[in-house]
Amino acid sequence: MATRIFVPSDTTARALGADAVAAAIEREALARKIDLELVRNGSRGLFWLEPLVEVETSAGRVAYGPVRAEDVGGLFEAGLCSGAARHASFQGRPEDIPFLRNQQRLTFSRVGLGDPLSLDNYIELDGFRGLSRALTMAGEDIVRWVTESGLRGRGGAAFPTGIKWRTVLDTPSPLKYVVCNADEGDSGTFADRLVMESDPYMLIEGMIIAGLAVGATQGYIYLRSEYPLAQRVMNEAIERAHAAGYLGEGIRGTSYRFDLEVRLGAGAYICGEETALLESLEGKRGMVRVKPPLPAVKGLFGQPTVVNNVLSLAAVPFILDRGPGAYADSGMGRSRGTLPFQLAGNIARGGLVELAFGATLRELLYDFGGGSRSGRPLRAVQVGGPLGAYLPESQWDTPLDYEAFAAMSAMLGHGGIVAFDDTVDLRQQARFAMEFCAVESCGKCTPCRIGSTRGVEVIDQLDADPEGNRVLLEELCETMTDGSLCAMGGMTPYPVLSALRQFPEDFTADREPCGSREPV
Amino acid sequence: MPEATAGQSEVIQAAIATHRHRPGALLPILHAIQDGLGYIPGDAIAPIAQALNQSRAEVAGVLSFYHHFRTRPPGNAIVQICRAEACQAVGARQLEGHAKQRLGIDYHATTRDARISLEPVYCLGNCACGPSVRIGDAVYGRVSPAVFDALLDQLDSDVVVVQ
Repeated sequence: MATRIFVPSDTTARALGADAVAAAIEREALARKIDLELVRNGSRGLFWLEPLVEVETSAGRVAYGPVRAEDVGGLFEAGLCSGAARHASFQGRPEDIPFLRNQQRLTFSRVGLGDPLSLDNYIELDGFRGLSRALTMAGEDIVRWVTESGLRGRGGAAFPTGIKWRTVLDTPSPLKYVVCNADEGDSGTFADRLVMESDPYMLIEGMIIAGLAVGATQGYIYLRSEYPLAQRVMNEAIERAHAAGYLGEGIRGTSYRFDLEVRLGAGAYICGEETALLESLEGKRGMVRVKPPLPAVKGLFGQPTVVNNVLSLAAVPFILDRGPGAYADSGMGRSRGTLPFQLAGNIARGGLVELAFGATLRELLYDFGGGSRSGRPLRAVQVGGPLGAYLPESQWDTPLDYEAFAAMSAMLGHGGIVAFDDTVDLRQQARFAMEFCAVESCGKCTPCRIGSTRGVEVIDQLDADPEGNRVLLEELCETMTDGSLCAMGGMTPYPVLSALRQFPEDFTADREPCGSREPV
Repeated sequence: MPEATAGQSEVIQAAIATHRHRPGALLPILHAIQDGLGYIPGDAIAPIAQALNQSRAEVAGVLSFYHHFRTRPPGNAIVQICRAEACQAVGARQLEGHAKQRLGIDYHATTRDARISLEPVYCLGNCACGPSVRIGDAVYGRVSPAVFDALLDQLDSDVVVVQ
């Protein structure tokens, strides 16, 4: 029997040399006359162990990581094919690695197990069970299930998904759309990418179910151009799903129809805002629209449109398969289910951690993340992307819950967690937040367009008049918060003000000058 | 702006013909042209505008809005360095400084030998293993200044091999 070895193929595994490892394994097996079946699986999201090589043995799968191409000869020598424990990179059964074992993976239960493009593999691992059930249900009932599951928009705004779907369902129109927001632009986030590269059929299934629920027949995945691999995988998956009768006319022998297409963005952060995204899909500049009308009523090309994040749609197959209760059972308060957190930045064990709401940042940073990568003390954590607040250690025990974070002028957003050690200069980070807003503002509203540029200037001039300019900065932030059209200008003050208020020592004139601290 | 060559016009016309009837055709057309030519020549604007029944100003407005689209030919290789927070936390600022110094250019510029264009990028989705760099369609993780130099050296030798 052939020895089956798995080498991940997602962007991060490849960025760390997985392709060279795969080639080395093939060479080595050939030289040793070993009958090899090499599977390029997706990644399980344990990125600090990538490339994480797994071998199938009679006692289940055994993992080795991180593996470099130059380790491969030694690995075979140490008994890779039988899953022997003699090599330094031996990790044992992947399911027993605490980072993975201690998670509650509902959405990501299948991720990284097999070839992402294998339909057989997807079906074997409970794929399309949610769709099968949805095909027997009325749209009304699908919407009710999603509502009862408590699922809220995982893109960051946390709006109840079921209510959005209900609005689209109740808005009569011969043409409706389902648009997937895959413009994952927040720094520190990679969960959407992981879904698309490692479990693409789950997203396709979620979108078909959304189409059935609201009566939409056309779907678009608006994907950022920074994700070329996700684009290739998604396109191939759509083609295969179509050939197998899951997309197009007469889905699985029913009278339903759903077509799906990937559309590429073009490097504009603002197109992650849903109305700017719709403008971009229509072939225009990604300018934010004034709401109302809501996209659910008047969205893409003026038609009722569901706009959901990748993670929201990816959660749907589980809900339809296991029932709304199975999802709602996890979580706390009004934050039901799980959130795929993403540990990033200066962290020893970075990767994807899917957990029920309610854990704390400290647990994530230390129990999962293992502290900083540099070995220095952690000092600040930015949660929720570039528009999220910088949190000092005193706030790391707050439960990870939408409402608890909102109460301290922070947000969970898309679940990105970026850790910084004590070399971070929060004044520099605050300046970057304004600079980023200036680069990426769509320019439609003045507070965001002009305010961000003024913000950079005021921060640059802080030393000239610390008191006066500090007041000016706070007032500028107030104007941006209250006067901006969307979250871009409205929330850029979060990182700025949190830096200013929680880390005042970085803003004094006699602070250590920028860059004097030892670099990482 | 220089006029498009005959070969370029062919790519432009093909892109328009392939995509013009799709809803929201403009971005797919611009992507197809840039994929084919490496950039979007100014001469492309008028035929696109005509095909989509838009003004040239509308097409130019879209073209200039998106960071991804370029209106001048890039170097042989496009090197993107992630400037976003997760990479900053592990030394992206030092990497940026090093890259600019080594190449002798700032962002949005091309080396004089036309080999390398340097671009900033705000996140490549490799945030657990930064600093991240993209060259062509390949992403590299944990790129220290030394690793960056090795990548560039390899790029140089690849170019030599091609020649």
